[in-house]
Amino acid sequence: MILSEKTVKKIREKASKYPKRKAAILPSLTLAYKQLGYVDNEIYIEISEVINVPQLEIAEAASFYTMFPKKPRGKYLLQVCNNISCALLGADAMVDRLEEKLAIKRGETTDDGLFTLISVECLGSCCTAPMIQINDDFHENLTRKKLDKLLEGLKNGK
Amino acid sequence: MTFYSPVVTNAKEIAGHDKLHLFEFVEDENQHKLNRYLEHGGYTAWKTVLGKMKPEEVIEEVKKSGLRGRGGAGFPTGMKWSFVPKDSPKARYLCCNADESEPGTCKDRVLMERDPHVVIEGMAIGAYAIGCHLMFCYIRGEFHHCIERIEKAMEQAYSKGHLGKNIYGSGYDLEMIVHTGAGAYMCGEETGLLNSIEGEKGMARIRPPFPAIEGLWECPTIVNNVESLAAVPHIINRGADWYRSMGTKKSAGTKLFSLSGHVNRPGNYEVELGFSLQKLIYDSNYGNGISDGKKLKAVIPGGASTPFLTPDKVDVPLDYESLTEAGSMLGSGGVIVLHEDTCIVWTILKLIKFFRHESCGKCTPCREGTGWLEQIIQKIEDGRGGPDDLEKLDSICGNILGRTICPLGDAAVMPIQSTLKDWRDEWLYHIEHKKCLVNQNFGF
Repeated sequence: MILSEKTVKKIREKASKYPKRKAAILPSLTLAYKQLGYVDNEIYIEISEVINVPQLEIAEAASFYTMFPKKPRGKYLLQVCNNISCALLGADAMVDRLEEKLAIKRGETTDDGLFTLISVECLGSCCTAPMIQINDDFHENLTRKKLDKLLEGLKNGK
Repeated sequence: MTFYSPVVTNAKEIAGHDKLHLFEFVEDENQHKLNRYLEHGGYTAWKTVLGKMKPEEVIEEVKKSGLRGRGGAGFPTGMKWSFVPKDSPKARYLCCNADESEPGTCKDRVLMERDPHVVIEGMAIGAYAIGCHLMFCYIRGEFHHCIERIEKAMEQAYSKGHLGKNIYGSGYDLEMIVHTGAGAYMCGEETGLLNSIEGEKGMARIRPPFPAIEGLWECPTIVNNVESLAAVPHIINRGADWYRSMGTKKSAGTKLFSLSGHVNRPGNYEVELGFSLQKLIYDSNYGNGISDGKKLKAVIPGGASTPFLTPDKVDVPLDYESLTEAGSMLGSGGVIVLHEDTCIVWTILKLIKFFRHESCGKCTPCREGTGWLEQIIQKIEDGRGGPDDLEKLDSICGNILGRTICPLGDAAVMPIQSTLKDWRDEWLYHIEHKKCLVNQNFGF
């Protein structure tokens, strides 16, 4: 098994609360992604065995959602909101700056595997724009200075 | 200040106010903890409901209050609850729609992060009103902090007997599940949300049957927005007449507005419905005017799905009827302000890219049409527009509008149509001169 015992236990626990087995698909994928940073066919098969739902149904659901990537990404996933409220306050320029500083284009990962940069749709931080989500955390009201400091901190392992 | 999100609210200004209530405690750093919530009168409404009220009485009170859905559609909450068949032998479900994803909207997030128990209490009361024993809170997956806060609050509520078996000795059982989304705007549409809980792709379902008749697993299901449910405990505590005394005749109560874009003081503000949009943008207690001393160009008043307002229409009361009359919609309350240096074509391109990305693909007009719209608008933005492009846009918009089973198709085209009407010269300039009419530079 690629899924850890801890993840499997959490999946079983969550699945037991739902009236129907199939409803456990999203929570299972979410828990698997939390452990691995990706979910692919092998994982669908493992989840399928744990929650007793056909693999195909898991694959089908997973294909619809952006938060279940099939391949691992960098240690730090940088998601820049590029929708209107953030864009009005310079989100495009922020992505350009990140591309320049990290020497990658959006959608790419740095060679050292530290950073993946993507631009995403609205993350619900419209009144504290521009913003970036790094892994689970939101960083809001960003300025050039704050962003640079944030990046330096991550590079230095803080 | 130790809040996770540094967002500005008007909580301090409304403290002790006898009317505004949703934000009363959101600047209290400990409001998310059960003890502080109880000190502030938390769960008294839930106790009143379980101890003294019949489900029909709860529905009646909420109907009388005039509360309408705060997620965007504005459907009367009590009436929605009353659609659940009383004699159905099936299980009933209540879903709190916490999939806040409408661009420009970030109000539910504040409630979940800073006052999570009021959301749970509102859900519980709604559940009781419709005879539901298992309720779901569907939170968008990116909101990790909200998910943590709601889950923690739920655990606390269970541990002190506000949820679970035989609540307060009433014999009523109520369980709760936090179900998290995974990055899909469509799941904020109520039938997409139901599919997503069931473990399906978040695609829309054809109505009828409406969810109140056949929702989750073909059982009667009610889907309510976070803000609507958060108002319910206050209505029970202070009465429908108190709630009705706020707002306008047809739009009762208060509403949270997320003010973003080119204003000096962006933030989340609770005001009575009918409050002036002009005041929200310019008053120093709210937006404090347009940033960088610029002039106003346009306002998107209700989130990215709503038609743009020209500056001459901004002197309008923020309520469902007045905004409809002004040619737009109250929507989710996401007010996005654009100053004079904003290019309309660029703005619309941002929006259509979003809708094309989020279209679930079920209905052909929306799936194909949003793609065509994006291609043409991108072409115009890049300076490759042709003389007949605007007619093409008009035609595609007209062929999407009203021809899809969920509102996403309409949402995608209504903002475009409004700018094709009110800023047609700017579109034409962009095609003819192959560049923006304005000198746009949103530096960072």
